[in-house]
Amino acid sequence: MARWARQVSRWGCLLSTARAAEFPRRPRSYGSAARTCREFAPLALLPPAKDGVLWRLLACRSVGSCPPPDRARDGSFSSQESHLPSLVKYEQAKAETLPDLNAKELNEDWDDIPPSSALEEISEEEAVQIIAEPLLPLHSTTLRDYVDHSETLAKLVHLGVDLSQVEKRQKAGQLLLTLDFEKDIRKILLFLKDVGVEDNQLGPFLTKNPYILGEDLEALETRVAYLKSKKFGKSEIAQMVSRAPYLLLFSVERLDNRLGFFKNELGLSVKKTKDLVIRLPRLLTGKLETVKENLQVCQVELGFQRNEIQQIAYKTPKILTASKKRLKQTFDYLHNIMGIPHHMLTRFPQVFNSKLLRIRERHMFLAFLGRAQYDPAQPSYISLDQLVSLPDEVFCTEIAKASIQDFENFLKTL
Amino acid sequence: MAGLSGLFAVYKPPGVAWCRVREAVETRLLRVQGPRFRRLKIGVGHRLDVKASGVFVLGIGHGNKLFTDLYNCHLTKVYTVSGMFGKATDDFSDTGKLIEKTTFDHITREKLERIVAVIQGTNHKALLMYSNIDMKTQEAYELAVKGLIRPMEKSPPIITAIRCLQFALPEFQLEIHCLHETQQYLRKIVHEIGLELKSSAVCTQVRRTRDGVFTLDDALPRTQWDLRSIQDAIRNCRLKVETELEKTLGHQDNSPFHQLDVEMAHSTDS
Repeated sequence: MARWARQVSRWGCLLSTARAAEFPRRPRSYGSAARTCREFAPLALLPPAKDGVLWRLLACRSVGSCPPPDRARDGSFSSQESHLPSLVKYEQAKAETLPDLNAKELNEDWDDIPPSSALEEISEEEAVQIIAEPLLPLHSTTLRDYVDHSETLAKLVHLGVDLSQVEKRQKAGQLLLTLDFEKDIRKILLFLKDVGVEDNQLGPFLTKNPYILGEDLEALETRVAYLKSKKFGKSEIAQMVSRAPYLLLFSVERLDNRLGFFKNELGLSVKKTKDLVIRLPRLLTGKLETVKENLQVCQVELGFQRNEIQQIAYKTPKILTASKKRLKQTFDYLHNIMGIPHHMLTRFPQVFNSKLLRIRERHMFLAFLGRAQYDPAQPSYISLDQLVSLPDEVFCTEIAKASIQDFENFLKTL
Repeated sequence: MAGLSGLFAVYKPPGVAWCRVREAVETRLLRVQGPRFRRLKIGVGHRLDVKASGVFVLGIGHGNKLFTDLYNCHLTKVYTVSGMFGKATDDFSDTGKLIEKTTFDHITREKLERIVAVIQGTNHKALLMYSNIDMKTQEAYELAVKGLIRPMEKSPPIITAIRCLQFALPEFQLEIHCLHETQQYLRKIVHEIGLELKSSAVCTQVRRTRDGVFTLDDALPRTQWDLRSIQDAIRNCRLKVETELEKTLGHQDNSPFHQLDVEMAHSTDS
């Protein structure tokens, strides 16, 4: 068992040497690993790295036959490089200034210690000190296997990205693994901060839209320039990008088409269209078919005129993305049972956003009390927005002129 | 809050699925606690379908264990069922597809009450049959006097009592005490009453006013679905639940309310 573990740990070292591309600037050779391990015992005094890698350093034997896995050591360096640039340079200097010594040591190591066979006897202390890490899987369905070993993923987790959400998306996990934090991701993050996304929003933003990390920086900048050319202010662009993370993935032509679509379909002026899009940026990134269908429903089934639809859409743009079934049910109750005409609904479109149950309970309570009066021409008129937007206590005392106990008793008779 | 456990009743509004009600209560309770508790174990008692409304029993934490025992008590439930003469639909309710329309001027309250009495009589026979009690014994007589004859195992729906509350053509309202029922069964009863009276009827409202020991007064309306009210409701109903369980299932050493005692003691301390 101990034999096998030692062999595996050796294979682990060799594998990590093969993956040299991921971790530049680390000394590669077998011999120098042992050497630098000895020299860096003082690192143990510094704050520990994430996986307790330093404890492994302490445990490693300074006699060169079994160095700790390269990966573990590199991990400690990568997480501390921001804190200890000087020590890293020291290590590099050491490696560079003594290349010939290293070469000699290499030869010495190979000559002194014959390759051990897997069936060699080793003492108990040696066995205990072997650390055999499981190998990284070549295929995996989850990012969890790679998080410990990829600094890109580690840094993203630090930012607040929820990797469990990201890995559920198509190809996003694969994309993240192939990217390098320093070369690609850092530029995009700086760009996003420049656009105006808040630091604490970066995590949720990337969770919803990890694909942006694979985008070309010039393309992103062109799109922001396009938005600026359409006279969207900087804070407005920041707001839109934060609330609709997919916005910057759309090419300039697509954004243009969509803005044009809303302008034509709703018949609004340029300024009003912009205002609409700033308030609900989801409109630009969502499906256009749903919006078209909702507009059809409003016109044909609900029977609103075009200018009425314009007003409603401008006041409550959410109606364009609402569910058709819910919209029809709410309208049916408002128009047929409560008897509210179209022009009143155009004046108070926020009723379409509220829950049907709430409207129904409150209306039935008012009808029971004989106060269900929604016509402004008549006395004791009750406006629709007061009907839906006030909280329960205020509704009972002000509008229904009854106690909340009465309302509750009434609710129990429905 | 971790010690919150027990049974309480809410009033389910019509037009909402019962699982939505359960989720809404869970969300309201978790909002108070914050993100520490991801999920609460909230169990449900006898379910109500979307169109029906009324007393709906929920259990939290260890209270859920009482549901099996309460089910084994086979307590009756009381419904207020409203109907309307003059039409028949495919699902027996007023929102279904219309099948036929009929006249109903010939119906009087006496005729309705006669039919209702017949229904009660036939159901009473079924009740005695499923109760598995030998009718000729003294024990049976005593139980019948106390009104405790009930089927203590699975049976088809049985109506133990039915009477007419209101009658104003074309609408009428019945109060039905029943066991092992579904709300659709009650709607079917309304439909059959219409047929018996040589007309047709649809059911406009099914409202549960009592579920076992939980009455309409115990049920919390939507405005009171918060931690404070739920704690009070659990405390108020606890005694009733225990008495009923003791009466029907007998006092046992491993009875559930010994555990519940412990839980309530903890929660009142916390």
